[in-house]
Amino acid sequence: MLLELTGISKRFGPVEVLSDVDLAIDAGEVCALVGDNGAGKSTLVKCVAGIHDIDGGEVRVDGKVRAISSPRDAAALGIEVVYQDLALCDNLDVVENIFLGREKRRGLLLDDDAMEQLTAETLQSLSVRTIRNLRQPVASLSGGQRQTVAIAKAVLWNSRLVILDEPTAALGVAQTRQVLELIRRLADQGLAVLYISHNLNDVFAVADRIAALYLGRMAAVLDAADTTQSQVVELITSGRSGQLGLIDQNGVRP
Amino acid sequence: MTADVQKPPAAPPEPTATRAVLEHAKSYWAEVRSGEVGALPAVAGIIALCVFFGLSRPVFLSVGNLANLFGQGAAVACIAMGLVFVLILGEIDLSAGFASGVCASVMAVILTDWGMPWPLAIGAAIATGVVIGLLLGTLVVKLGIPSFVVTLAAFLAFQGIVLMILDEGSNISINNETVKTIAGGNLERWQGWALLVLTVAAYAAIQLQRWRRRVARSLVHEPLAVVVARVTALAALLTATVFLLNLERSANPQIISLTGVPVVVALLGALFAVWTFVLHRTRFGRHLYAVGGNAEAAVRAGVNVDRVRIAAFVICSGMAAVGGVVAASRAASVDPNTGGSNVLLLSVGAAVIGGASLFGGKGTVRAALLGGAVVAIINNGMGLMGLSAGVRFGVTGAVLLLAAGVDAMSRGRGKLFGRH
Repeated sequence: MLLELTGISKRFGPVEVLSDVDLAIDAGEVCALVGDNGAGKSTLVKCVAGIHDIDGGEVRVDGKVRAISSPRDAAALGIEVVYQDLALCDNLDVVENIFLGREKRRGLLLDDDAMEQLTAETLQSLSVRTIRNLRQPVASLSGGQRQTVAIAKAVLWNSRLVILDEPTAALGVAQTRQVLELIRRLADQGLAVLYISHNLNDVFAVADRIAALYLGRMAAVLDAADTTQSQVVELITSGRSGQLGLIDQNGVRP
Repeated sequence: MTADVQKPPAAPPEPTATRAVLEHAKSYWAEVRSGEVGALPAVAGIIALCVFFGLSRPVFLSVGNLANLFGQGAAVACIAMGLVFVLILGEIDLSAGFASGVCASVMAVILTDWGMPWPLAIGAAIATGVVIGLLLGTLVVKLGIPSFVVTLAAFLAFQGIVLMILDEGSNISINNETVKTIAGGNLERWQGWALLVLTVAAYAAIQLQRWRRRVARSLVHEPLAVVVARVTALAALLTATVFLLNLERSANPQIISLTGVPVVVALLGALFAVWTFVLHRTRFGRHLYAVGGNAEAAVRAGVNVDRVRIAAFVICSGMAAVGGVVAASRAASVDPNTGGSNVLLLSVGAAVIGGASLFGGKGTVRAALLGGAVVAIINNGMGLMGLSAGVRFGVTGAVLLLAAGVDAMSRGRGKLFGRH
């Protein structure tokens, strides 16, 4: 397993936001993380990204227990997060944004040509054809193109796990499809993808497995192929669905 | 993400030369239409102003007046170049004018009152500028006081400091020939030509090397014709300038001969080259634009935002010091009004007219120079037409407002047409 979370718990003061959460993600798969507002999706992601420290449980990467206490630690382990607000500089072009903070240099000089070539290669390897001009400011891109730039920025660094926070929330139909296809290709290239979304249509379109959080607990982790949307809806809203979900004290069913 | 991505993308089919040039022109026009007007308004303004003043006062186009223009505009252009760095951040430095006055006073006292050698005096002036920038930058960045307020306070305080340094407003004259040469001297004729050859050769080498590297990497590149045209245009412009400035421009050549490229032109050229390099070819420059565009994104990308912002204020005040030295050199004296009056507003105006944005994220050193030229031409031309100081202030104010309006509108236009 690339990433294995066992018994993760996190409290903010008296409030237990995550309790005893297990989740495992392997290379080459898209795992969707679903749950209602306040179920703990963002907190879980921030724990993996090194923004929050965990209060209990273990994070294993490649089977080794790791302490991730800063975004830098996460990046060193190959974990990259694409946040909902993308964090792109509108006045910089595509290449400049992708390499921001990690510019390639020749001596004192920026090596813009090398960066442009690497960007072109990365986009090509992701089969992105929607961005023609790498030297146009990001301000002139559409929402889907901006999302693509943000994702490309995350995968350029030999990352192994990409976490996407609601990547299609603000997109139209065609652009959503482009981004979902891109997510699928990331997994096909051997990356692990943790995909957070509210939209179950999108989730079923792209995910291999679906992890449903309910009030800070992992209600179920299911194969998308053996699951129906209504089951997932029930898991999200009540934490259980028939034989699935939080059934007894020991709770979690795989 | 390893072996299979190493092969370079297929090169696009090479279009014919004329079509490539046409395509290039078309994409440039598209940029202009989407609000990326760049230097266009400033260049158009310079041409229009030259035609207007040239027609109404033929002496405006004389060689003597051309040389004069550089001297008149140099101090403002220096300060404007520094201001660009702060404007890119979306901040403002209202104290740059009087900061230049403080630095000029420091130089004058060390040079004239203490009788120290000139390198020490100029060094002390620039060091004073750097310290001022560190102070302003730290107050803005570490304490979080808006730069508008910090520099407005400094604007008042520096005015007082100039008065104190100059003993309640006396005037210190500068007799050192070297210092006076900065804004008053001219290069020998051959020096002007040598400078021209060096500049064009360096520019051509950089452009061609860049073009070749991009071709070698199969990246999108301009047609070679466009590169050659740009180099040729620069060479032609500079040759004409050097030729004109090398003509005799003294009214009485028998008594005193006045020829050659003003030293201050070489100084402005060197500063332009250095700061353009810093802005566009170094990591610091890239980070400066990033912080101006979206500070939060820069933080997340691991940019040391505080350091970048403080550095911008240091560069701004340091360049104000250079402007102060130039102004003192031109006037051959320092008085409480050095760097005061309208110097600051003209400098901000120069940067904005040239295309720097008051909203941050945008601006170039070239903008400061072009805008500085516009401001200098307006003042010079209206002076020749015998207009009163009142009218001149009014017109300069109107031009600044116009430039800020173009800035705001091009911003709106970019928003309107850019995203879809």
